[in-house]
Amino acid sequence: MNSSALLLMVLTQLSVIAITGYFFYRVYTAPPKPEPDSYSENDPD
Amino acid sequence: MAQQESWGTRVGLILAMAGNAVGLGNFLRFPVQAVNNGGGAFIIPYLVCFLLMGIPLLWIEWSMGRFGGRSNNHSTPFILDTMTKRAFWKYFGVFGIFTNIAVAAYYCYIESWTMSYVYHSIVGTFDGLSQSQVTQFFSQYVDIAHSHTGIPYEAVVFYVLCLLLNTWILSRGLAGVERAAKIGMPLLILFGVFLALRGLTLGTSGASAEVPTASAWDGLNFLWTPQFDSLADPKVWLAAAGQIFFTLSVGMGTIHCYAAYVRSKDDIALNAVSAGFMNEFVEVVLGSLIVIPIAAGYLGLDWVKENAGFGMAFQTMPFLFEKWGPFLSAAAGVMWFGLLFFAGITSSLAMGTPWMGFMRDEFGWGRVKGAWTFGLIVLLLGLPTVIFFQHGVFDEYDYWAGTVALVVFALAETILFAWVFGMDRGWKELMSGSDLQVPTVYKFIIKYVTPAMLLLVFVGALVTPAGNDWPGAMSSLLSGGGWELDNSSIVRTIANTGLHQQLAAATDAAEITRLQDRLFYTNLARAILLLTFAGLAFLVYLAAMRRMKNTSTTAA
Repeated sequence: MNSSALLLMVLTQLSVIAITGYFFYRVYTAPPKPEPDSYSENDPD
Repeated sequence: MAQQESWGTRVGLILAMAGNAVGLGNFLRFPVQAVNNGGGAFIIPYLVCFLLMGIPLLWIEWSMGRFGGRSNNHSTPFILDTMTKRAFWKYFGVFGIFTNIAVAAYYCYIESWTMSYVYHSIVGTFDGLSQSQVTQFFSQYVDIAHSHTGIPYEAVVFYVLCLLLNTWILSRGLAGVERAAKIGMPLLILFGVFLALRGLTLGTSGASAEVPTASAWDGLNFLWTPQFDSLADPKVWLAAAGQIFFTLSVGMGTIHCYAAYVRSKDDIALNAVSAGFMNEFVEVVLGSLIVIPIAAGYLGLDWVKENAGFGMAFQTMPFLFEKWGPFLSAAAGVMWFGLLFFAGITSSLAMGTPWMGFMRDEFGWGRVKGAWTFGLIVLLLGLPTVIFFQHGVFDEYDYWAGTVALVVFALAETILFAWVFGMDRGWKELMSGSDLQVPTVYKFIIKYVTPAMLLLVFVGALVTPAGNDWPGAMSSLLSGGGWELDNSSIVRTIANTGLHQQLAAATDAAEITRLQDRLFYTNLARAILLLTFAGLAFLVYLAAMRRMKNTSTTAA
């Protein structure tokens, strides 16, 4: 590959992977809202 | 009254939303758009459009959906109705059901091809076939009279099977949709990563005596080398905006429907960008590393330049996988068509939910009744696309329901959200319960930039100049030479100008008959779509009457 194509590909793909990972990390680490919330699997029995 | 549904987990909702967005276009449309519009430079307008149009539209649709859901509305006609006092907006909302039914009708047909190709990859149908034989296999498959399995009308059988599977999952409600996304999305990514690694490491190992210069690096160079001069071409920006628009599944009404089940104290801003970026990961990272490099690695860059298009997925990839040996070729076929299947089904399931939500909210239908009626309507609308595929019915559905209707609805909903509902109220809705501090510059972007970009996309499609030559058309207009329209513009497509020109030029009797048939089936497809829209609008009218009657009864 030529260097400009390689640079653009690596920069773009790493940025997209990093941002996607960052947002998913935020979702996983966000404190849960008090019940009743929108999600049934964490409802108290 | 039918029971209220809910999402099981937050991750399940995000995966379902991402699955709704990730479709066949991520793997087949994006790389082709990139190579046709400046290679690596395409990514610049593409990402700009993602930030200025894609993400704002996601936020608008999530906010509208959750706002409408608060009043127990789970489809766009009455979601839009809750946002304004003007009654006509709910008829704009008909697009949010119509588009899904019409797109599902032909989309499930493509989805059924992927099911069928998984089967044929496993049983080794493509073993030893030449490239032209693999291409011919596809042509015979869509000409439904042929059968490769011994099952008569194989294409129809797979289509019905695919619809039955969709209907069965939908009849399980949101839990079924969520489970499908939780299984389908990880598998899609797993299969995609394997094939992308293959595309990335193929190098020159696929060169043969027939194509001694074939190299996957050439494909990647072609895809990623920036041609910065293309950034000044309006055609490239319109293509980038169009790609962002279609890849995110905005303007369909499915996002509203999914978000309508989220409570106002729960986050939507972070959920929306998480699902949006997951779609970008699949498209930009995986989508760019499979079809183009693998095809260039075996067939050479010149072949890719001449043949880059949707058909490569079915007409070329099975032949290329055959070069990986008997076991790996079957595995690669299962992975490739499997990932396309998961991309397809997570989208087609989303298309069923607005109809089910509408019928439950307005007429008290349960999810089983809603799902099976959806399946039946899609079957009736879809059979013409299967049986008359060669006559262009499929293309008409794709153009009007899968392209034009999306842009019209997205433009209308953006105006409603930012200008009628009001940006301040809209912002408050977006930020309610938010786990993400959205930069306030997006208030300005949503109010001015996003609608302006959508208007440009719509006008660009309405009056596309001849040859898509925007600078030439502008200078012709300014010098008094007029604006010559391209046959692909909406204006000329409505008038069937291209077909009439071909008919006028045709001299061969068989060709004239073929073109006359095409014209007939084109108009037939449009009539079916118009009747469907009118029928849905009538249902919305009936629902509005019922609501008025119920309100006056309660008041009395």
